[in-house]
Formats: sequence, C-alpha cells, structure tokens
Amino acid sequence: MLGLYVPGNSLVHRAPAGLKLALLAVGLLALGLWPSAAGLLAALAVLVLLTAVSRVGARAVLGQLRPVLPVLALIGLVQLWLSGWRSAGTVTGTLAAGVAAAGLVTLTTRTQDLLDAVVRATGPLRVVGVDPERLALLLALTVRSIPVVAELAAEVRQARVARGAQRSVRAFAVPLLIRTVRHADRLGEALAARGVDD
Amino acid sequence: MRVELDGVSHAFGPRQVLSDVDLVLDEPRIGIVGANGSGKSTLARMLNGLVLPSRGRVRVGGLDTASDAAAVRRRVGFVFTDPDAQIVMPTVAEDVAFSLRRRRLPRAELDAQVAVALDRFGLAHLSDQPCHRLSGGEKQLLALAAVLVTDPELVVCDEPTTLLDARNARRVSAILAGLSQQVVMVTHQLDALAGFDRVLVVERGRVVADGSPAEALGAYRALIDADG
Repeated sequence: MLGLYVPGNSLVHRAPAGLKLALLAVGLLALGLWPSAAGLLAALAVLVLLTAVSRVGARAVLGQLRPVLPVLALIGLVQLWLSGWRSAGTVTGTLAAGVAAAGLVTLTTRTQDLLDAVVRATGPLRVVGVDPERLALLLALTVRSIPVVAELAAEVRQARVARGAQRSVRAFAVPLLIRTVRHADRLGEALAARGVDD
Repeated sequence: MRVELDGVSHAFGPRQVLSDVDLVLDEPRIGIVGANGSGKSTLARMLNGLVLPSRGRVRVGGLDTASDAAAVRRRVGFVFTDPDAQIVMPTVAEDVAFSLRRRRLPRAELDAQVAVALDRFGLAHLSDQPCHRLSGGEKQLLALAAVLVTDPELVVCDEPTTLLDARNARRVSAILAGLSQQVVMVTHQLDALAGFDRVLVVERGRVVADGSPAEALGAYRALIDADG
C-alpha cells in the first residue's frame, strides 16, 4: 500500500477493490486451511494469469517478494528440517504466492479505493461504536507514515555516523523517537487544520 | 475577510507567548515577521483556531474561533512550514481528494476537481505518485494545492518557503502572490513581503511595529541592529 499503484485500465484494475480484497482473503484462507501442492500450483496459475491480464509486469509483482525473501528462506529451512522438502516447498510457496497476490492487489488498486472498501466492509461495526471513516484514515496515516519515519531514521543514522557514535543504540533510538513524536504532533495539527475533527 | 483579535494573550504553561494583542486584519496581503520564538507562528495559528487564546477573543469573518472552530476552518486554509507533516494520504491525487471529502462529491466530479487543482500547480503528471517520492518543492506545491482546492477565503501560511531552495521558494511565493484570496504569511524572507499591504513585527509576544512593508521592515531591521 506504499503508493505502489501502477496506473492501468485492465480488467484487474477495474475490478472493485472490495472484490479483490475478498478474493485475496478467500484464496489465502483456502491455501492456509488446506495446504497442498495441487492447490499451490492452481493458485500460481491464477496469479500468473491475472498478472498477465493486469499488464503491470511480472517483475513488479515479483518485486513485492524481495523484502520478505529472508523470512521465507528462514521458514523454508525450518520446515525442511522439521517436515522435509515437500512440506517446505508447499509452505514457502504458499506464503510467497500470498505475498505476490497481495502485491498484485496493491499494484492494481488505488489506496483510496482500498480505504473505501475498508469503510464499506466495516460499516456494520458502527453499531458497536466503530467509526469506519476514522479507521480508514488511521490506515492511510499508517501507510503515509512509514516512508516518513524511514526518512527520519535515515537522517538520525547519518547524524549518528557524522558524530562518530555509529555503534550507539541510544544515539539512534532517542532522537528517532523524539522526531517521530514531533512529527506525530505536527501531523495532528495538520489534521485539525484540514478539518478532520470538525 | 475581517479578522479581529481582541485583547488576545496566550501562554504555553509558564511561558507567555502572546500578550494583549489587539488587531483588525482586513487587507488582502499581510506579512508577519519576527525572531524565532517571538510568537508569530502562534499568532498565525490563532487565525484558524489551531491555537485558542488563553485570554481575549479571535473572530474571523464574525465567527469566534473558540465556539465556531469548524466553520472558521472551512473558511481559513493553513499552509505549514513542513509539507511532510501536512500531507496525510499516500499519493498526490489522494491527498488533494482528502481535502474535498466533506463535500461527498460523486467520484467523477471529485476526480475532475482534483485534476484541475493538480494541473493548476503543475502536478498533474505526478497524480498517482507516492508523496514520499516528491521533491521538497513538489511537496509544498501539493500542500498548497490541497489547501486551495477547498477555495478558502483566507490562506494563512507559516513560513511556507523556509525549507525550499531558492527556485522553489520563488515559485511558491509567486503562486501565493497570484492568489485571489486574502493571504497572511509568516516569513523570515523579508523580500517576499514586497508588494504586501501590511506587515506586522512580533517581538516577545507583542506587535511592536505595524504598517507598510517599508515602515515595518525598517523597524524590524532596527530591532535586529539594536540586538547587535
């Protein structure tokens, strides 16, 4: 959801965000509950087909796997040790297919459409006091804040190196925390200025 | 629009940041200058109810910022120094659309208004880009677009060009100068105030000079010189 949307007009792009999220959830649930090599192969076939239809490119979809590769490798090794190569292949393949499928949804859906789908899906929760718009805003702010905090962390890391304290955890954590809280404070003020609480 | 500050004082804890400010602001272009910590940003924040006075009253177009905060904010847009703190949505178009959410427009009309706003600020080609990949200048233009798309009557800017390079600062200043709306701008860039109707100098929580840019900036320079 980090603004990875690739503009397009394919059938996958035009499909409602709610439908895409629902199919993703059902697919992941099915693969999780009934793991099998045949199910995995079928899921991969569907994923390849949808990627081709979407025209976002296989590289973009596979790129979503890059950040989780170390975790997948670790899980694969543990599974190999505990349950053998067949189980290791099925489990890591299922996880990789799930991440890639979620990536395809992200690449073909505007964040606003995803948030609108969240608002609709959580609408019934109003009766128990949940505010769907606020929930969607919370998700949007989370997505928006990840690169901001990453940038703050990079600045703090550079400042730490410049001052010769590259090994100090405290010289990293304390200023990062302070800057993050200050950013949150400013963000709150900006939200008020943009009428969020009105 | 007429903005009235009547006996306004404000303190953050034990620190008094504004003291007995009485002002009527109705000129199209008003600048506010002063040293860091002088109270000028607090004064600006009072104009759309982000900060409420500890004592006294602020009225914007006849509306009290304390009791009619929502109505005041619909009429007053605020541009912050750091656009990163102002941009709340992940992509450029979505952030501008966020400003229009209260109008509950049909999707096609919403997209059309966003497209017009982005085109006005030369951001149309960045419409689907993640905000964190924009340059500082582009982020400030986006922040401006997100404020102006709601067509506020008054635009308050708190050092909008401080974090920008010279070229982007000039670009943002030119856009602000060309607005049809009333503008109140806090700035350290004194040359940006040429052509303004009125400049206020804030020093230790008080307005110590108030007049044309030549008069007020002359008094401000004298203050700086007196400090050595």
